[in-house]
Amino acid sequence: MNDVATAAAAASYTPASYKSAVKPVWCPGCGDYSVLSAITKALAMIGKPPHEVGVVSGIGCSSRIPAYTSCYGFHGVHGRALAAATGLKLARPDLTVLVTGGDGDGYSIGGNHFLHACRRNVDLTYVVMDNHVYGMTKGQPSPTTEPDWDSKLAPGGTKVRVFHPLVVALAAGANFVARAFAGDPNGTAAIIAQAIRHPGFSFVEVLSPCVTFRPEQKEWKSVVRPAPVAATDDPVRAARLVMSDDGLNIGVLFAGTRPAYPLNDGVARHRVADLEMEFRV
Amino acid sequence: MSAPLPKTLDEFMAQAYAMELDAQSRYADLADAMETHNNREVAELFRKMAAIEGKHAAQIMAEMGWTQPPPYAVAPAFEGFESAEQVPIDEVHYLMRPWHALQLALAAEERAARFFSELAMSAQAEPIRRAAMELRDEEREHVELVKAWLAKVPQPEKDWAEDPDPPRYDS
Repeated sequence: MNDVATAAAAASYTPASYKSAVKPVWCPGCGDYSVLSAITKALAMIGKPPHEVGVVSGIGCSSRIPAYTSCYGFHGVHGRALAAATGLKLARPDLTVLVTGGDGDGYSIGGNHFLHACRRNVDLTYVVMDNHVYGMTKGQPSPTTEPDWDSKLAPGGTKVRVFHPLVVALAAGANFVARAFAGDPNGTAAIIAQAIRHPGFSFVEVLSPCVTFRPEQKEWKSVVRPAPVAATDDPVRAARLVMSDDGLNIGVLFAGTRPAYPLNDGVARHRVADLEMEFRV
Repeated sequence: MSAPLPKTLDEFMAQAYAMELDAQSRYADLADAMETHNNREVAELFRKMAAIEGKHAAQIMAEMGWTQPPPYAVAPAFEGFESAEQVPIDEVHYLMRPWHALQLALAAEERAARFFSELAMSAQAEPIRRAAMELRDEEREHVELVKAWLAKVPQPEKDWAEDPDPPRYDS
């Protein structure tokens, strides 16, 4: 599409075009409301019609997002969102595929899928709403929970080292890595739009406060700040930056140049009938 | 993220329109959240606020003579990450009373008045400066309206946040 056509398409969709009539059941004050808003704004910026977008998720509070959009949606099995999304993208390369979920779903139950999704570099955008806790199941520590976070369910804290998703994503080969903050919905929208446009596997970690089980995360809005350096295409440099920051720098940290897994040229290579033939016994 | 400074009146008004839509959408989200959590009184209030912000957006369209919404614009951030008139998502509570909701609305209107006031002082182009002053005056009127509304609403009881069956048990 040329610029004029893109602008015309973008003008015909608003964030509301991507919202369904289903009301979220999140706690009032939850950061995920803002992430939902950011996703719909990002899609309005891209200007693709809702029926050309698929939103796939696993299980958890944030994984409810597909129902709240008017796009195609699939609320799948715990930790398996990336596997389902990979299948969808390979079968329908013409769709823009977003994957949404939380830190427990993505880094623990789905940890292995996360590694291999980064490695495969299929053209997906993975938005993880990280609140450092399992909120839906009432506050158990997740892989990103601080080791000394004291709670009734983990007295004295887990004493287990935190999982470092951005570094892991870089090491495993993700082609776009960013951190955003739910309290900055417009900034998050711009990052998600950039992630969608970037070829290959794009990973956006969004700090999304859980006001019920981690009310202290409300303070994030006074300490989160834009990353002090621009995005790099050097994964080693990006990893060094991420390893040395305090987890509160937001922005695009890495935009790589690896070609996406080569089935993203908009051409469906198999008809359903062809696939059925392959599986015939 | 900060939005680019507007260079023309159209760009400025597109941003002002986006601010109203941001505020409308946030109030609608809050109304939905309160409805889901059976706080109907506050849900109704947030719903009214969403409708009011929607009217302001429609008013901008009418004043600009736009027959269609302008191309999607990003509302500038002010005093934090969000646009001036948006109630922060994390400042609500599922048991909040209408008084709390109106306090949030008042703070949002006051922030919007400060935003346009600062813009009126710093704008280089005369049409933008004039429009910013008009919008500042409108926001100041809204501040007074919310104050009048607030005066009619009872202050919350001391134990308004007490829940005999809370979602989280600390002890």
